[in-house]
Amino acid sequence: MTRPAPVLETRDLHLSFGALKATDGVSLRLLPGEIHALIGPNGAGKSTLIGLIAGTLRPDAGQVLLNGRDVTGADVVRRARAGLARTFQVSSVAAELSVLQNVMLAVQGARGGSFRFVRPVLADAALRAAAMGDIDRVGLTGRHRVVAGDLAHGERRRLELAMALALAPRAFVLDEPMAGMGPDGAREMTALLDDLRHRAPILLVEHDMDAVFALADRISVLVSGRIIASGTVAQIRADPEVRRAYLGEEILE
Amino acid sequence: MTAMLLIEQALNGLQYGVMLFLMAAGLTLVFGVMGLINLAHGSLFMVGAFACAAVAGATGSFWLGLAASLAAAAAAGAIVEMTVIRRLYARDHLDQVLATFALILVFSEGTRWAFGSFPLYLDIPAALAGPVTLPGGLEYPLYRLVLIGVGLGVAAGLFWLIGRTRLGIRIRAGEADREMIAALGVDISRLYTIVFALGAALAGLAGALVGALQSVQVGMGEPVLILAFVVIVIGGIGSIKGALVGAILVGMTDTLGRFVLPLALGTVMSRSDAGAIGAALASMLIYILMAVVLVLRPGGLYGRA
Amino acid sequence: MRREPLLNGVLALALLAVPLAAWALDEPFVITLATKVAILALAGAGLNIALGYGGLVSLGHAAFFGIGGYAMAVLAAPVQNFDLLMSWPFEVPGTKSMPLIWLAAMSAGALAALVIGALSLRTAGVYFIMITLAFGQMLYYFAISWPAYGGEDGISIYVRNGFAGLNTLDPIQFFALAYGLLMAVLALTHMMVRARFGLALAGARQNPGRLAALGIRPFSLHLSAFVISGAITALAGALYADLNRFVSPSMLSWQTSGEIMVFVILGGVGRLFGPVAGAALFILLEHWLGGVSDYWKLFLGLILLGIVLFARGGLIGTLAGREDAHD
Repeated sequence: MTRPAPVLETRDLHLSFGALKATDGVSLRLLPGEIHALIGPNGAGKSTLIGLIAGTLRPDAGQVLLNGRDVTGADVVRRARAGLARTFQVSSVAAELSVLQNVMLAVQGARGGSFRFVRPVLADAALRAAAMGDIDRVGLTGRHRVVAGDLAHGERRRLELAMALALAPRAFVLDEPMAGMGPDGAREMTALLDDLRHRAPILLVEHDMDAVFALADRISVLVSGRIIASGTVAQIRADPEVRRAYLGEEILE
Repeated sequence: MTAMLLIEQALNGLQYGVMLFLMAAGLTLVFGVMGLINLAHGSLFMVGAFACAAVAGATGSFWLGLAASLAAAAAAGAIVEMTVIRRLYARDHLDQVLATFALILVFSEGTRWAFGSFPLYLDIPAALAGPVTLPGGLEYPLYRLVLIGVGLGVAAGLFWLIGRTRLGIRIRAGEADREMIAALGVDISRLYTIVFALGAALAGLAGALVGALQSVQVGMGEPVLILAFVVIVIGGIGSIKGALVGAILVGMTDTLGRFVLPLALGTVMSRSDAGAIGAALASMLIYILMAVVLVLRPGGLYGRA
Repeated sequence: MRREPLLNGVLALALLAVPLAAWALDEPFVITLATKVAILALAGAGLNIALGYGGLVSLGHAAFFGIGGYAMAVLAAPVQNFDLLMSWPFEVPGTKSMPLIWLAAMSAGALAALVIGALSLRTAGVYFIMITLAFGQMLYYFAISWPAYGGEDGISIYVRNGFAGLNTLDPIQFFALAYGLLMAVLALTHMMVRARFGLALAGARQNPGRLAALGIRPFSLHLSAFVISGAITALAGALYADLNRFVSPSMLSWQTSGEIMVFVILGGVGRLFGPVAGAALFILLEHWLGGVSDYWKLFLGLILLGIVLFARGGLIGTLAGREDAHD
């Protein structure tokens, strides 16, 4: 059996801030069709790793590959154009624009053409239809006129997701999509993400263990900047090192 | 002969630089600690100069004038901080720019109202008048030499204040984390008033000292303010050390540029052309310096970014 | 929520009706005042594209205003001196044609904005404010020390430049030109803001990090907006020079930058007609307060302070409420 080529891969990434090794030799593969969860205690270096993958941070050593292409030297914009869609831990949208405008902006990002000056963008039927489709898909139907800054927290998480979807990416990197959601919201978001994996594989950073265990095909555990274990849900649950790292946390229950 | 002139110009540049430092230090402190851009800092320079000229004119004593300039600028700074500036800390830079631009209008026109449109003149104190002979035979004005000494002395004092005193610790803590220092029980609004008044006093001191070299008039503060911005951009916002290095760099570049460029151009073109073109180019030199620093280090020489 | 278009219409009509009435009543001074409003509003409309729509707090727009003014003088001076603009490597005459002058002014403004913008946009926030201010000051000192066009004293162009079919020396006809240009620029701005570019620019203003993660480069958008902004303010500068028939370094001074910014903020940042409302209010205040006291700028300063501290959103914001989110 030949293993499928990874969509997203990091090879031996290193990044230190002074004496602190925030990322210490991380190698990670995201395979087609999978949800690969990245878990770890606070301060494990998850945000740093996402920064390195998305291009906001540059590694001291190591590589990031997207579809087999080395993008280590590419900035955020180039990586997004190469097919990487990320969401942010703290919702990051254009607060004064409507839901529709936010998603259309993402469609525009994917399709290019931001230097057109004449035709009103809201009258652009193709752009609009694509955006409305993604708004429906994340369950914001009927909310497209609302200004993003006026959305409830859960709705803003969904808008983030719609914007990621609208990029039609090769890989998703989702930074705690369940953060701050109630149990109902988390359940709905779980169903959404389950559906999303058919679009593109997902690297999922998440604290909500119910969601992780329900969704993940594989889990990698990051502690102190290193991946201490990687495997299926069952393997990770049984791993003694993970148990030690998470001692007292809900994973043991 | 040219070497002597060059040394003299270098001393002038140093003197110019340390005076710019007095302006830039306050600006950079206020920005570093409170995150505020203050266009009205040049008005405090003007307040210092007018206070010194008015008191020196009335009493005949430059030294009383100097004390008055410190007091007037610090008081003006404290009052403005308590009435206007503290409402701006939470606002965006645009509001800060507009409000402090409005303050310039109030200060400038208020001063014109009080003192009239004609410039005041401030004499160099008799004890410091006249030239001294430096080693090597160069005759140099004593007053300018004293300004260099005062500027460097204030710089040393500031480094000591920031690095070694309780107030300095609080200022540095305020730069790092506003909530933290409030949680430690430091009265943050009083700290801000003190920092602002300190910056104002430095600007006022510079105004008074420079006032004796030029005429004291409304609008004298803004050109210096803009140069102080250039200094901060070069040195890196929030860094006192950057302000000192940037100020001396700007002072030297400007003074020596005005001296050297026309001479250098004179070797390839007629003297009058060289004078005109050299002067025009020299006036742009510090901005070119700023652009070069921006390209190489967008956060400034000692900036954090 | 549809009060803003109505208010814009009222403003556009008022700016047209006042000089027309003055023309009927033979009050040329009022026409000139209205022309000044239209031209300064145009300068503000230029800045509004960078400041309002792009979120770039430029305190150096006098640079472009002055460049426009000097472009006019450089082209028109050779004609009144019976001289050539250039004699080497080939002969180029000057011109008194307004369209050519406008084109030159806008090109020069755009080029300067490209250089200044490319350097200044390497930074953001308070650095950007200081650097644009500094570059403006650089051109100011250059104009003062460069003797060819009058240096500190400036240069007079005794006869107003021409526009085919119009008598530009007639105040109402010159007003019509300025008003027409202002309305054309506002219409184009409206179009641009609603197009893809405007949406992307709004994204770049509100959340540049997010925009980059969507594959759109904020720097390119910001720089384009800055260049367009500089070109429009330069056009206003050329008109202003023609209004006064005089150009001097004061057009390049930091006070001019501050005043252009005041027009925009007074009227409403990022509002299409904000600069019109702001420039009109400023000129009215100048005229009215100036009649009351020699120190009218003191009161202007206090009024501005009051507006920043207590009435945010400018005139349009106060009268029309929050901006429509469009669809």
